[in-house]
Amino acid sequence: MAKPIELEVNGKRYPVNYPADTPLLYVLRDELGLTGSKYGCGEGQCGACTVLIGGAPRRSCQIPVSAAAAKPVTTIEGLEKDGRLNPVQQAFLDAGAFQCAYCTSGMIMSGVGLLQTNPNPSQAEIVQFLQGNVCRCGTHLRIFEAVRQAAKMMREHGR
Amino acid sequence: MSGVEDKFVIEPERYEFSAAPMHQFELARRDFFKILGAGIAVFAIAKDATAAQETAPGHRSFHNEEWPKDINAWVHIGEDGGVTGFTGKAEIGQNARTELAQTIADELRVPFESVRMVMADTALTPFDAGTFGSRTTPTITPQLRRGAAAARDILVEAAAKEWNVASAGLLAAEGKVVDPASGRSLKYAELARGKTLAQNLPAEDPITPATQWTIAGKAIPKVDGRAFVTGRHQYTPDLRPAGMLHGKVLRPSSFGATLTAYDDSAAKAMTGVFVVRDGDFVGVAAPSAHQAQTALDAIHAQWKEVPQISDKEIFSYLKQNAAAKTDDRFRKQRGSVEEGLTDAAHRLDATYNVAYIAHAPLEPRAAVAQWTEGKLTVWTGTQRPFANRDELADLFHVPESSVRVIVPDTGSAYGGKHTSDAAIEAARLARAAGCPVKVTWTREEEFTWAYFRPAGVIEIKSGISGDGTLTAWDFHNYHSGASGIETPYVVANQRTEYHPVPLILRSGSYRGLAATANHFARETHMDALGRMANVDPLDFRLRNLSDPRLRAVLEAAAKSFGWPRKKTQAGQGFGVACGYEKGSYVATFAEVAGDKKSGAARVVRMVEAFECGAIVNPDGLRNQVVGAMIQGLGGALFEAIEFENGRIKNPHFATYRVPRFRDVPEIETILLDRKDIPSAGAGETPIMAVAPAIGNAIFDATGIRLNNLPMVPNGLPSV
Repeated sequence: MAKPIELEVNGKRYPVNYPADTPLLYVLRDELGLTGSKYGCGEGQCGACTVLIGGAPRRSCQIPVSAAAAKPVTTIEGLEKDGRLNPVQQAFLDAGAFQCAYCTSGMIMSGVGLLQTNPNPSQAEIVQFLQGNVCRCGTHLRIFEAVRQAAKMMREHGR
Repeated sequence: MSGVEDKFVIEPERYEFSAAPMHQFELARRDFFKILGAGIAVFAIAKDATAAQETAPGHRSFHNEEWPKDINAWVHIGEDGGVTGFTGKAEIGQNARTELAQTIADELRVPFESVRMVMADTALTPFDAGTFGSRTTPTITPQLRRGAAAARDILVEAAAKEWNVASAGLLAAEGKVVDPASGRSLKYAELARGKTLAQNLPAEDPITPATQWTIAGKAIPKVDGRAFVTGRHQYTPDLRPAGMLHGKVLRPSSFGATLTAYDDSAAKAMTGVFVVRDGDFVGVAAPSAHQAQTALDAIHAQWKEVPQISDKEIFSYLKQNAAAKTDDRFRKQRGSVEEGLTDAAHRLDATYNVAYIAHAPLEPRAAVAQWTEGKLTVWTGTQRPFANRDELADLFHVPESSVRVIVPDTGSAYGGKHTSDAAIEAARLARAAGCPVKVTWTREEEFTWAYFRPAGVIEIKSGISGDGTLTAWDFHNYHSGASGIETPYVVANQRTEYHPVPLILRSGSYRGLAATANHFARETHMDALGRMANVDPLDFRLRNLSDPRLRAVLEAAAKSFGWPRKKTQAGQGFGVACGYEKGSYVATFAEVAGDKKSGAARVVRMVEAFECGAIVNPDGLRNQVVGAMIQGLGGALFEAIEFENGRIKNPHFATYRVPRFRDVPEIETILLDRKDIPSAGAGETPIMAVAPAIGNAIFDATGIRLNNLPMVPNGLPSV
């Protein structure tokens, strides 16, 4: 019997009894009950399952759970701190940057990932970064605006 | 001259509707207070049950056995002052939940935060045919308003009785009844306490006019916004009842294929796996999705395939297989097209083809089913919970009262979630396994086994006089549908006909239905006609239009767009299109950049003016309008389902291209608020004029006239 994989998700450690090649998304959703990361395609084409692995946005449907074990994983559930939303979450809320909102978790995680490495992205950089995230409701312009506002908020308040 | 005054039958292209069993309104009034607690309830009785249930009059296949019961909304005020509105409509991203709560708060004179909506639960809400046809706003908001107005009257009467004064001098405001003479007030909560008062309400009660709205008409943010940005909201695929198994269904190798050989022994031998074969249905349930997939893969099946039409021949097939004679309901004629064509100074005939496209909702079809003592509960993202319930009851031979369908707020639908597929699959597996089962379709299943916006062929013959007045209009739609088929332009001689064709791919409703195809053909054709007469495209439209509401959106959008515009660079082009449907009006202008050398065609800017009567929530409306424009851009430029040998060739987001961030142009919307006109729905009409506006702009930029949707799946055609 192989040693169980241990995951660190949102600051908590979990033993995982899934085969090593199981995509991280299914472990998050089905075993840990963290259903904020969505299944949209299972093919890395829509971004609805985006999480941060070691701070970098990744498609959790494409990452074997074994490959996620080495680094801390952050999901949408891990962004809120002491009842305070992450600036990207807050900006999405302020901008009404969702309709059905099924893509929202993935969009926010991608936005958080972008701003961690690039606190002042240009219009083209935001578009490029979010190109892999599908919003079928057509809320792109508000999502774009929310990411810009979040960047501004973070630069001004040092969050 | 037959049928001139007849309106076209509403949306006959809803192919996915099949005859449903009779409906029963299961919740007896006396049970109502058991569920909700004491208080005051008002049941809104629709004046016209036909309209209220938004069934399609005259549509044979849809609920024609008996009109459903006549109640379609109700309002409850609890002993704690909490207000609850009930409707069978579903929240699918169109923001109905917010809009309906606003409406109740506005009419009942309570803070917005004190109202909650219970939606789309067959055990708790009144019957509803489905969330489609842009009907929630025009049907449900007036009903909830009447219910709230009557509840307010009851509360005022109760206060008058309490104080022993005449009710005429009392006011309702901020969740209280106030007596201005004495300064006394009583909270609604105090007035509702200890009562179990239910009242049926005549539909004629006066309601607050839009000019006096205080909460409706405001840009109130979407309710539950925090649940969405924190990932806490649970869509159907997120539900995990205790003991739940994951279900997977074996799909045929191609459309229409039948099972000829089958061996499930390896799958059955797997621990914890249930295998179900029931007629054509083969499915498995297992403790994890991975195990379910492994078990499914272990089933050996052989299929007998049947010849299928492919996308290469679909348009000629549709033309050749149309019914020889169409139904009178689908035909409209006025004057003599032949004479109008003879009199014309310019004639233009053209054919337009429209491809199948997919809804591709980001939340795929999913359902969780649970049987408890012979009763079935299903959670599923559907636009038609009551139809799901009826179909489940029928299939499992249980009374409708034993089936409850609940719709969690859903990850979009766009007309694509009318059927019960996932619900049936989950329920069948759950019955075999004896525990809850969840079925979530894969993206490939969603692209393959759902249904599509039907392909179509549209033929137009037309003529204009020397001064650019339409003299003849002959319009034939094959297969795609009749929505928006009637021209809004004034033409003395016209014939309009919808020719149904038996289905090739499973087809059904899609945001805007065939109005998108019909507007694409008509507005592209109008552009070409105007150019033949050397008349500016906007002037040409205005010259042939009398409808003041349509003229108003055209003029408003033209102003913002800056029409007429001078080209400032090579490859620049401008286009316009307009139309009305389902009680709302739209005009779209587009600017494109086209490069014939490289074949690139890019939409740079779109301006759309939209008018749907009195606006209930301008923020939600703007989201819907812009969303429809972006969705329309996909179908206009590149979306198409490719199929051959009964298989979908592009069932992935990697191969079926949907609009992404880079495709989205600068967008401007002008919302005309007509407080003097009842609110119409707005989810669909804003999509209609996008494709022709873009196509007309491409012609203006390049001289290339594109008559097929999508227009540039592989870039501009080489000339």
